[in-house]
Amino acid sequence: MTLAVEEASGKGLKRPRPMSTNSAIATAARDLDVDVVSAYPITPQTTVVEKIAEYIANGELDAEMIHVESEHSALSAAIGAAAAGARSFTATASQGLALMHEILHIASGGRVPVVMSVATRALSAPISIWNDHSDVMNARDSGWIIAFVSSAQEAYDTVIQAFKVAEDPEVLLPFMVAYDGYLMSHTMEPVVTEDRETVLSYAPKRDYPYKLDPKKPVTIGTITDPNWYYEFKYQQVETMKVALEKFRRADEEFGKVFGRNYGLLECIHCEDADAIVVATTSYATTLKYLINTAREKGMKVGLLRLRLYRPFPVEDFLKATSGVDTLLVIDRAISYGAPVQGPLATEINSLFHSRGIDTKVVSVVAGIGQRAFKDDDAMNMFKLALESRKAAPEETIFYGVRK
Amino acid sequence: MSGAEQLPKGQLYKSLFQLTRWEGLVSGHRLCAGCTAGVIVRHLMKVAGPNTVVVNATGCVEVSTTPYPYTSWNVPWIHVAFENAAAVASGVESAIKILKKKGVIDDDYKVIALGGDGGTFDIGFQALSGMLERGHRVMYVVYDNEAYMNTGIQRSGATPYGAWTTTTPAGKVWRGEWRPKKDIAAIVAAHRVPYVATANPAYPLDMVNKFKKGLDALEEGPSFVHVIMPCTTGWRFDPRLGITIARLATETGVWVLYEIDHGQYRVTVPVKKRKPVKEYLKLQGRFKHLTEEEIEAIQRMVDEEVERINKIVGREVIGPVVS
Repeated sequence: MTLAVEEASGKGLKRPRPMSTNSAIATAARDLDVDVVSAYPITPQTTVVEKIAEYIANGELDAEMIHVESEHSALSAAIGAAAAGARSFTATASQGLALMHEILHIASGGRVPVVMSVATRALSAPISIWNDHSDVMNARDSGWIIAFVSSAQEAYDTVIQAFKVAEDPEVLLPFMVAYDGYLMSHTMEPVVTEDRETVLSYAPKRDYPYKLDPKKPVTIGTITDPNWYYEFKYQQVETMKVALEKFRRADEEFGKVFGRNYGLLECIHCEDADAIVVATTSYATTLKYLINTAREKGMKVGLLRLRLYRPFPVEDFLKATSGVDTLLVIDRAISYGAPVQGPLATEINSLFHSRGIDTKVVSVVAGIGQRAFKDDDAMNMFKLALESRKAAPEETIFYGVRK
Repeated sequence: MSGAEQLPKGQLYKSLFQLTRWEGLVSGHRLCAGCTAGVIVRHLMKVAGPNTVVVNATGCVEVSTTPYPYTSWNVPWIHVAFENAAAVASGVESAIKILKKKGVIDDDYKVIALGGDGGTFDIGFQALSGMLERGHRVMYVVYDNEAYMNTGIQRSGATPYGAWTTTTPAGKVWRGEWRPKKDIAAIVAAHRVPYVATANPAYPLDMVNKFKKGLDALEEGPSFVHVIMPCTTGWRFDPRLGITIARLATETGVWVLYEIDHGQYRVTVPVKKRKPVKEYLKLQGRFKHLTEEEIEAIQRMVDEEVERINKIVGREVIGPVVS
């Protein structure tokens, strides 16, 4: 990891500071001059909100903090604030995201540009405060833009990009930035932060076009009969396509302004790979760290890190995987009883099938409830991906479980 | 928006003719013929005026006033869900506060949260308590028709003892609702908010002045007005009788009109001679299964409540039953 990052202008070096992903996200909220933060404490999200509270308490951020009595109210209040024209932020994890579930759909259907960070965590029962992606995967069809980030720096940068995309008048959709609880939320990494002026010129506050303004009254959240409801929903379908291109451009522009960008997905050694491992968040970081070692051992593997999950970057994905015959998809959640029990693997399978592509998809579930996934395990994924070229397992592999 | 004149802060209405001709809730809505919610909300909006944001919980008023692509609302209005009007209103109020501080907006809009009894007593109870406890400057108005009328007359925490509903039917074993109504205004008052009141559309001057006091109190914190709302469909009465029944509720002591203004408890409509509760019950199909003994039991419950209120006030502000 580099300890100093060259400034985009080339004038000098910006010094990174040690930060957890939670801290980086709170700092992004500060630098975006968010107006309203409404949040409820849940492990491992808590330090995001603690840090924002500290910024407000110290006068570093001028915002209203609503100390709500539940996550359901956290998102409800965030929607109210955004509808009234405020830049509105919230953060949650696990049960909190599950409790918000009803309101997730209302945020997207109501076209309210709330941004939320999610420190992904397993769902009860039994209770686990540790990491997996059960929470976000449960929310995948709620109409939010969802990005999976893989470092504290990327989390900081993506929250800034998220506001730019969500608040775009041609988008107006809520945006979820997901990262691994504990593995990232509480892990210190070097992070470069930007000055507020530049951040706000990159992601300026926009006038929410349908805001609750007595000078121009609007009615939001009507009862909508069978003659109209479908069109509302189809507009969301169409807007997801717009959001994809807006996010692509926002990321490119971010690169020009700040010198860092990530793409919709990242593919390493994919061009000449025999098999590709697909992963997200910190797992992708671990695999990225080891892929050169694998290559040195003669394993012709690639790594595809999916960053934008909703909308799914279909064309980018197909292009990146066009040269291989086998994909191993690591899922951090289980779709119980499904034909393929890794939800991401299911989607990729479905994509290939619908396009008449016969690339094999190996479904691996790993790291459930933060079952350890270390360097050896990452190497095993590369190995398994290559072995599967000859004989691909038909069923989802539950990696690391005691049967 | 023009032509709207609201009374200045601190002033109360002496006559209904002082109300503005401006309408916040206009005609064309789909409330039932004879529904008393329209009367309540229309008066509420006349008192509040155009510089108001309304947050509506899911319920009769919400569905009846906003059948897309139509709306009856002349003010900015938002509905998010059933249980969160108080939370959404907290967000709206916080946004107005910070946007005004940052110079983005120049006006200070009033925020009103509006919910039915289900959305307030039951599913919205937690959000309501949070909003009150945090001191958001929101006036919460509950129109209480004493059951889940929008979904078809299922009992709620506001359903009174003895009432038939579709989930507390009167049969051989069950005799309608067997638990007393939740005292929501007292629970709200326990949050020590500046203004809490009960109101009744049959006493419109008393009702509009309570809305006025509730809105005036917003400089200090939240306020709460609990309005009884006779429901022709769910209470099973002739649509022309809504206001008659509402008036009987107060005349029988079933619905005592009071306010708690900065901790000061005051009965705003004293009743010297109470009518027997039977007169209120007999006009409503939801009570038609009750026997004389059961009506007597309800009378005793009302008597006890009246006695409790008289004790709080320190004198007989609600008198005895005179047949």
